[in-house]
Amino acid sequence: MSSAADTSQGPAIQTEGPITRFFRSTEIDPRMLGMVAALILIWCFYDILSGILRGDFGGLLGGSFLTPLNIWNLLNQTSSVAIMSTGMMLIIVMRHIDLSVGSMLSVVAVASAVIQVFQLMPILGVGHPLIWVLGVLACIACGVLVGLYNGLLTAYAQIPSFVVTLGGLISYSGLAFLIAKGETVPITDKTFTLFGGTIPEGWIGTSWSWILALAVCVMIIFALVNGRRQRERFNFPQRPLWAEVFLAVLGSAIVLGLTAVVTSDPWAFKLIENYAKANGVLIPPGLENKDGTAICMAGDKVVRCLDGLIYFKGYSAPALIALAVGVVMTFISTRTQFGRYVYATGGNPEAAELAGINTKWLTVKVFALMGALVGIAAVVASARLTAATNALGSLNELYVIAAAVIGGTSLAGGVGKIYGAMLGALVMQSIISGMGLLNLQAAYQNIVVGQVLVLAIWLDQFYSRRVK
Amino acid sequence: MAKKSNEISALRTSPSENVLASLSPDTQDAVRAAASVGRGRPLIEMRDISIAFGGIKAVDHASVDLHPGEVVAVLGHNGAGKSTLIKILSGAYKRDSGQILIEGKEVKIDNPRDAKALGIETIYQTLALADNVDAAANLYLGRELKTAFGTLDDVAMEAECRKVMHRLNPNFRRFKEPVSKLSGGQRQSVAIARAIHFNARILIMDEPTAALGPQETAQVGELIKQLKAEGIGIFLISHDLHDVFDLADRLCVMKNGKVVGTARKQDVDHDEVLGMIIAGKCPKGAIPGPGAMREAA
Repeated sequence: MSSAADTSQGPAIQTEGPITRFFRSTEIDPRMLGMVAALILIWCFYDILSGILRGDFGGLLGGSFLTPLNIWNLLNQTSSVAIMSTGMMLIIVMRHIDLSVGSMLSVVAVASAVIQVFQLMPILGVGHPLIWVLGVLACIACGVLVGLYNGLLTAYAQIPSFVVTLGGLISYSGLAFLIAKGETVPITDKTFTLFGGTIPEGWIGTSWSWILALAVCVMIIFALVNGRRQRERFNFPQRPLWAEVFLAVLGSAIVLGLTAVVTSDPWAFKLIENYAKANGVLIPPGLENKDGTAICMAGDKVVRCLDGLIYFKGYSAPALIALAVGVVMTFISTRTQFGRYVYATGGNPEAAELAGINTKWLTVKVFALMGALVGIAAVVASARLTAATNALGSLNELYVIAAAVIGGTSLAGGVGKIYGAMLGALVMQSIISGMGLLNLQAAYQNIVVGQVLVLAIWLDQFYSRRVK
Repeated sequence: MAKKSNEISALRTSPSENVLASLSPDTQDAVRAAASVGRGRPLIEMRDISIAFGGIKAVDHASVDLHPGEVVAVLGHNGAGKSTLIKILSGAYKRDSGQILIEGKEVKIDNPRDAKALGIETIYQTLALADNVDAAANLYLGRELKTAFGTLDDVAMEAECRKVMHRLNPNFRRFKEPVSKLSGGQRQSVAIARAIHFNARILIMDEPTAALGPQETAQVGELIKQLKAEGIGIFLISHDLHDVFDLADRLCVMKNGKVVGTARKQDVDHDEVLGMIIAGKCPKGAIPGPGAMREAA
């Protein structure tokens, strides 16, 4: 048989330039790199433009976009969409779509808030730890229920998911209005609100941020070493050593760089003062300086100064939740049978069915998982607002789908990555919050966001045509 | 017994010609017994199978059987019902009526999982590969190897995949790429590897050479001969009469969902088989089925 093998080999060994070799050795997707480049471009564009509009042209890093405060805010704001985008990625990989996530988020958040405020609080009393636990569980459980409903209709009633979830988009928002009786339901439980990352209790501070960052770096290096060892054991071809080192350095640099940024964003002036007073921390004397971010005592007055008492935020709860979701979802999508089946079914549904995969039940599970993620996102979103309203998740379906598509998820199915979708969410949020920073009103933001989605899908089609 | 089955599966994938001699006498007997065509109890019998799609009888009271080590070619025009009949056996379609017996015992085949559990493997015309995942993932699709923690054991799957692909296609290197990037022959190798890697007893090959060049076709022919020698029964669906006369022991011709007739290869010639396919005329050497033209019967 070996005589015939050379003809069936195809272009396996071909001459490749240094760039191709780089991408193949490091297994970095060139398309991802394009997205990162777009992200950096957007950031620089906003930073320079905001500097110009403020009147003092400071060039790059002279504006108000690339500041620790804004980057920190960006991470916080991105979390809820990023969490949902990981589930949407899997749904699109399965050749389905979920248009109902925004309304689902509203209904879930409102239901949980109503349970917390009107059911649990009167029985358990204010501040009882069960309130936040049950509040979070209610979000996730309601999300899973709604997801199951979407999934069952799609898989077993064979209604296109586009129709099922378009109906859901309208119905669930009506349901949210009814549950909330059209009002804003305030969320008062302190522990629940810390998931929103708007209060100091929801920030982990400098030391923990660095400990976490170092732990992640160690894990990156461990994973690379372990992978190499495994391949050695089975005598598989190895990545070149320089590629391994490059990946380790790149991964660690991103983690450490991000940590450096979030740990240099100080608490707001008033917060430091309140915290010091409440906890009896001594505020040192010093000279007033309007540009300072620390506080000190000038006489008996608390003032801003360069050198004094200062706290830094570090990673916020939403960012950590989103990162944790990203890690878990990456694990699910790449290391479990469930994930393998999702990709295989998206690549060729008929082949998956013939291989004995129960694709209908798989569809239900994917929609239920999406529901659970919407539940988690609802916790973050309602905690950030410290309230739940029936408009909480409006237009989120657009952001989430756009995030997944910008992040390289192919609408034709079968292709997508978790980190891609999350980076896509960051791109989306950067575009939106940049426009907010430039004081453009919401109408303009919507115009741009909608067209960015169209552009992303055009790029996707363009890319897949070229690959073929 | 375990040893014997190991030897048999070694035989299945070994490219060597004189493998029989290298086996223990015990196993040789087993292989010879298995290869004795047309005698004893059939490995599989499909009796009176019918299926209709919205009023159209795609398969109409068709019966066909297959012995160990035998290759039965199923022939017919497009739409004659041969693929449908075979898909009932592989579990892709559920029959409306009729029986399937394996070694004389009636079995239940409601989905592809049932068929695989009974040792029925299929190589589809479309190959039925998940194009976006790599060769190892396709090889193990539906029966993944797992680690002690319940996660996918990709390294072990890749190692096994390298072994089996090495035997089928020694120069194959592209284990990390999605199969959509492979050539037609390479994709075919992956599909074949998947069918024979799990100790199949009955192999269904739907147009296995349709997309292949002459050398690759020869390769598939070699493989069929090897598998026969191990006592695996093979249903071969093909349009190519040349292939059929080369590889099959018996042929079964279908027309309009009905079996025209079955014949041993040596009892009929090319023209007679064409007559069966086109006109439904059953020649003298063949056993007529319900689909045969009356004057021929």
